[in-house]
Amino acid sequence: MTDQKSIDPAVCDLLEICESEGISTAFDRAEQMKPCPIGSKGACCKNCAMGPCRLTKEGQVGICGATIDTVAARNFARMVAAGSAAHSDHGRDMALTLLAAATGHAPDYKIRDVRKLYEVASFLDVKTDGRPVNDIAKEVAEKALIEFGRQQGNIIYLQRAPRKRQQIWQNLGIAPRGIDREVVDIMHRTHAGNDQDYKSLLMSSLRTALADGWGGSMLSTDITDILFGSPVPLAARANMGNLSEDQVNIVVHGHEPTLSEMILVAVNDPEMIEYAKSKGAKGINLTGICCTANETLMRQGVPTIGNFLSQELAIATGAIDLMVVDIQCIMQALAPLTKQFHTLLVTTSAKAHIDGVTHIEFDEHRALEIAKNIVKMGIDNFVNRGDVHIPKDIDQMVVGFSHEYINYALGGFYRGSFRPLNDAVIQGRLRGVAGVVGCNNARTCQDAAHTYIVRELIKNDVLVVMTGCGAIACAKYGFLSPEAAQYAGPGLREICEAVGIPPVLHMGSCVDNTRILTVLSQMATEGGLGEDIADIPGVGFAPEWMSEKAISIGCYFVGSGVYTIFGSESPVANSPAVVRFMSEGWEEHVGGKLEFIPDPEEAVRKALEHIDKKRAALGLVEYDPTRYGQSGDALMLKLLEKVEEGTLNLYSAKL
Amino acid sequence: MSRYIATRAIRGANLIVAEAERMLKEAIAELGPDTPVKFTNTAYYLPVILAFTGREVSKLGDLVPVIEDAKRILHPIPGDKLWLPYLGETLDCGMATLLAEEAIEGIRFARGLEPQPITWEGSYIPSTSFTSPDMEAQAGKRLNGPIDDIQLRAWGIQLVDGRMPGFAAIVGCAKSNEVAVQIVRELQQRNILVFLCGNVNGRSIIHQLMEEGVEMGYDTYIIPFGTDTIAAIYPLGFAARSALTFGGLKPGQAREILLYNKYRVFAFVLALGEVDDLKYATAAGAINYGFPTIADTVIPQILPTGVTTYEHVISMPFDDIEGKDDLERAKKLVQRCIEVRGVKIKITEVPIPVPYGSAFEGERVRKADMRVEFGGKYSRCFEYLKMSDFDAVEDGKITVVGPGFEDVPPEGSMDMGIVVEVAGRKMQEDFEPVLERQIHYFINGASGIQHIGQRDIAWIRISKAAAEKGFKLEHFGKILYARFHGDFGAIVDKVQVTIYTDKAKMEEWLAKAREAYDRRNRRLADMTDESVEEFYSCTLCQSFAPNHVCVVSPERLGLCGAYNWLDCKASHQINPTGPNQPIRKGTCEDPVYGIFSGVNEFVYQHSHQSVQQVSMYSIMVNPMTACGCFECIAMVIPEANGIMVVSREDPSMTPAGMTFSTLAGMAGGGLQTPGVMGHGKYYLTSKKFISADGGFKRVVWMSSFLKETMAEELKAVAEREGDPDLIDKIADERVATTVDELLPYLEEKGHPALTMPPLF
Repeated sequence: MTDQKSIDPAVCDLLEICESEGISTAFDRAEQMKPCPIGSKGACCKNCAMGPCRLTKEGQVGICGATIDTVAARNFARMVAAGSAAHSDHGRDMALTLLAAATGHAPDYKIRDVRKLYEVASFLDVKTDGRPVNDIAKEVAEKALIEFGRQQGNIIYLQRAPRKRQQIWQNLGIAPRGIDREVVDIMHRTHAGNDQDYKSLLMSSLRTALADGWGGSMLSTDITDILFGSPVPLAARANMGNLSEDQVNIVVHGHEPTLSEMILVAVNDPEMIEYAKSKGAKGINLTGICCTANETLMRQGVPTIGNFLSQELAIATGAIDLMVVDIQCIMQALAPLTKQFHTLLVTTSAKAHIDGVTHIEFDEHRALEIAKNIVKMGIDNFVNRGDVHIPKDIDQMVVGFSHEYINYALGGFYRGSFRPLNDAVIQGRLRGVAGVVGCNNARTCQDAAHTYIVRELIKNDVLVVMTGCGAIACAKYGFLSPEAAQYAGPGLREICEAVGIPPVLHMGSCVDNTRILTVLSQMATEGGLGEDIADIPGVGFAPEWMSEKAISIGCYFVGSGVYTIFGSESPVANSPAVVRFMSEGWEEHVGGKLEFIPDPEEAVRKALEHIDKKRAALGLVEYDPTRYGQSGDALMLKLLEKVEEGTLNLYSAKL
Repeated sequence: MSRYIATRAIRGANLIVAEAERMLKEAIAELGPDTPVKFTNTAYYLPVILAFTGREVSKLGDLVPVIEDAKRILHPIPGDKLWLPYLGETLDCGMATLLAEEAIEGIRFARGLEPQPITWEGSYIPSTSFTSPDMEAQAGKRLNGPIDDIQLRAWGIQLVDGRMPGFAAIVGCAKSNEVAVQIVRELQQRNILVFLCGNVNGRSIIHQLMEEGVEMGYDTYIIPFGTDTIAAIYPLGFAARSALTFGGLKPGQAREILLYNKYRVFAFVLALGEVDDLKYATAAGAINYGFPTIADTVIPQILPTGVTTYEHVISMPFDDIEGKDDLERAKKLVQRCIEVRGVKIKITEVPIPVPYGSAFEGERVRKADMRVEFGGKYSRCFEYLKMSDFDAVEDGKITVVGPGFEDVPPEGSMDMGIVVEVAGRKMQEDFEPVLERQIHYFINGASGIQHIGQRDIAWIRISKAAAEKGFKLEHFGKILYARFHGDFGAIVDKVQVTIYTDKAKMEEWLAKAREAYDRRNRRLADMTDESVEEFYSCTLCQSFAPNHVCVVSPERLGLCGAYNWLDCKASHQINPTGPNQPIRKGTCEDPVYGIFSGVNEFVYQHSHQSVQQVSMYSIMVNPMTACGCFECIAMVIPEANGIMVVSREDPSMTPAGMTFSTLAGMAGGGLQTPGVMGHGKYYLTSKKFISADGGFKRVVWMSSFLKETMAEELKAVAEREGDPDLIDKIADERVATTVDELLPYLEEKGHPALTMPPLF
């Protein structure tokens, strides 16, 4: 890759402005400060006060005798625990919101997707016959909350995995018990003088990650759908061009939809719009960043102006009157940065204060009232706007591919199933499937690895699903539009044309990676692709990951049987044993493996090799792109041109 | 889908639903909401609507919510840019189209406009004895309209035994009349049902076939439904009913009914000529069933699979098909259709100068079209199959002893005997009658040849057309040789056929044959359930009625009438892993009711644990289940302390308050319903006919058709029962179609059931 900071033209444009005005961004700081060579490889142990110990030489041990392997595995385990905690705590808040909504304590929230509520109720063994919706919702919320504090047995949602997968977890003793318990287990296990076998630490890490993927995150996705509706396809827009020159620009940023959904209601309130007009604005324009953006994007079509690394640049447009943030991935740098512009930054989560920033604590009991207050602050701030520089870039996309909708898309209300998808893989129209997810990372060129990998995968007839900042990355270059099928290989193009989908499907925010688990489980049970997720010709990628949540996601995919490739250098590179175990050891035990491959070309090559290996293991036909591509409208449209010439013979396709 | 097709299908769906709504409003305003809406002879209301919405439409007002159902699943047309996904949406619009189309046909029925009248030069005389009398149809003034339930059931057995591998719904108009005939003949030769509808610019394949004098009707497997696309709803209604009738599925189980069709009903749409919006929309509806579309013009192809088993939409531009002429191109088109739907076909090549296939079995040769006949009023004809020593049979030897029919004047007759000698290591004398009875089907398969009857009452006609194409007596031999090897190769190693027209030789063999017939009659009649250790199962129909198991014993033949105990035994020998398996009787738990431990175990296992016990000889206690192919239905008439027996051929009302087709819904589907039972005609003559409930003397009402066609056999039964006038004491539809009419008749005649112990 090049030395370029970003391939996003809007970001590059704004970076130039920042440079000329001496504004420092994450891109600059990454250049100025190299990663710590000890910490980046997992060689530093600071779990007790005898250290910190740095283990840089082969065979070196810490004061307590902890080996390089133990230290690397312990550090890694704590990343998993932190990531799992973040997602799951998000899920817990969703469950609490559902409970409040169902019991009338959060009057601004309703059960928008009753069908999904029934489905989730059946998973959680909640009776639905003849019961009022709110009663069911209350019990669903209570049962969900029990999962977080469960002490005995296993998380109920594990039963949604293919039978064979469940058996593997049971046999290995890595079936998670309670969602919170597994995080505590890791924190305990990694305390000084406790678990000092890297293999045990790493297997436990999988269990904690599974508690996230099949527990906290999956509940979060389900409950969010119940409260705000399961996504269905809609057309939407991406990038900075969606900021408005003459309207009040309010930006939501973070990860939860609870507040942003209310902000959306508030900005559409005629009184608010009138108020904005009274302040000289033409109206109120709501946009988003990161996964709060993804949540409102896929359900309501609210435009996204960028992903993680775009957050500072968005402020640099000078056009944002108010940015309201909730949880996760909010850079502290926003605080001093917004001070340089007129932008008002508002933190809202009790878990995410920023020193020196206005805090209006969100309370779901008074949600709309709070949202209106915040919107009003933004409107009031409009008059303070100075010079603005809004890049023109706007990209189109189709979003909203929940697993429920994918099932519908492949056969309609009556015949919906995953059969056509499985058939496509079996016949080789699709070489395989891939999930490309994760963040941006200032250590690598923004969006470059995401787009390179996705472009190569679809060219090789691999259907790609995306979430989070990765999805926004690809949206910015048109990969999420149905027209992008022209970049796909012949087989994938046929599938896209048959179903009407883009070759890259936006499946939601980063907490919604669980939708991918559900799709994989349904593919495995549909038949023809083995009996387990590990049998499916598929891979996972997190090319530009940076957060601990990404590590947890990666691990729950591995634990579910998926070969998962992360970009950048390995955080456990200091221990060859740990590196090997995450690859060969995990593959032997759970079928999935985790590898860190900084070079996107190599990553794609290894992914395709793996897909072909899985195809061969299933006895599927060898992938051959020349066999397909005869479907479609092209010939018909060409022929219809002849109608104008008056020489059409319907009985012949010869031109 | 493709966006091109999706756009057109969705547009067509929106238009037809709006059209249906408009027509319904007008009809209700004009005729009133209570005007009856009814398809002919069906217990399934409007079957597509019933199957997919569970709504029982019987009057115009009932259609209002159906239109609302259809509107709910409509979607907008995909955009030119940044379009939203359309596959699921198009399929839903296809379903909306089907609901609207059936509603429109319902409205037309209410207005008396269906079945469609023939307003052009041409006529349609359904060549069938099955349908109820319909004077207009008889006179050839209207097209077929929906298939009635009786025919649906009659085809059931053929669908499951592979004689009828599937159906082709042809929509539109072929490139030429010649091509139309060729396509239909190719399908007929493969025994595929041919359903016709639609037009291109007003001209339909129905017009084309009428112009070419192609015989259409149930017996030739060619059904002209209507000359518009909307008539395509009839084949789809037929498919929906097959799932309800044979699949044991309930109205409203839309997904299951569609999947049943995908996996069990091998059908496809053949779109001839230009495809317009409504055709695309209807085809989208058909794809929901798993039925693909093949077009003979250029349309976008949808090759990925999933909703259908193979490709969804195939374009085979007719002029681009490799072939020396249009006929060869038509042939290849049909071949491709069969591949695309995965229709399973067993073809035995029969080297004769006329087309050959089961679809020709029902063809009639009318007197005026006849070159020569054997048997009937003016001559004698017999057929006899015997097992011979291995060395005495020369395989493939076909001899004609005596003159051919060249010297017989046109429309004349002559004597003939067909003697088939077979040998095989697994051949047994018991199989002789089983194999001999196949002669009827085998010979009938030739186009232009008609075969009726069996043994020494066989009656064969050769049409002028067949004779002109070079059909000669030896070709009977060729047919039999090919088919016996093809179908019974497992037990028959050598086949030799001799055709006798020489008077002396013919009479000599006729005498031998009669001796054999007599011997066989005695042997079959002598067998009892007690004299054998094993009964046989028949699960042929499980592909249609998954939970039904027929138990065939010497004294109770299969309910379809096609398989008796010996047939099953032979069938088991022929195909040891096939649908006819021996059932060890095991312990006889109740000799009166005919309850056997072995039978119960077998049925429990093979009915997928849905039937626990079967009484072989009772209609009251755990009667045997039925698939839907039964020849007769017996049902208790409590007021008369007896039972009635209605035959498939009888369309009249019965004292049970239901016609055969309505009753069939209760009797079929593999469900055990005490008091109702499907059975074969000849079970009536068995000593074990509901013997636990009092036997034949319980019969208080019986279709006159049975009385007439089985007069001799029933007379013998009456004598056996010690009441020689019993048959006259049994009422029929001519004297009673209600219980109120029945009881005085029984009183007057002194029917024994009235004084028998109470049934309940």
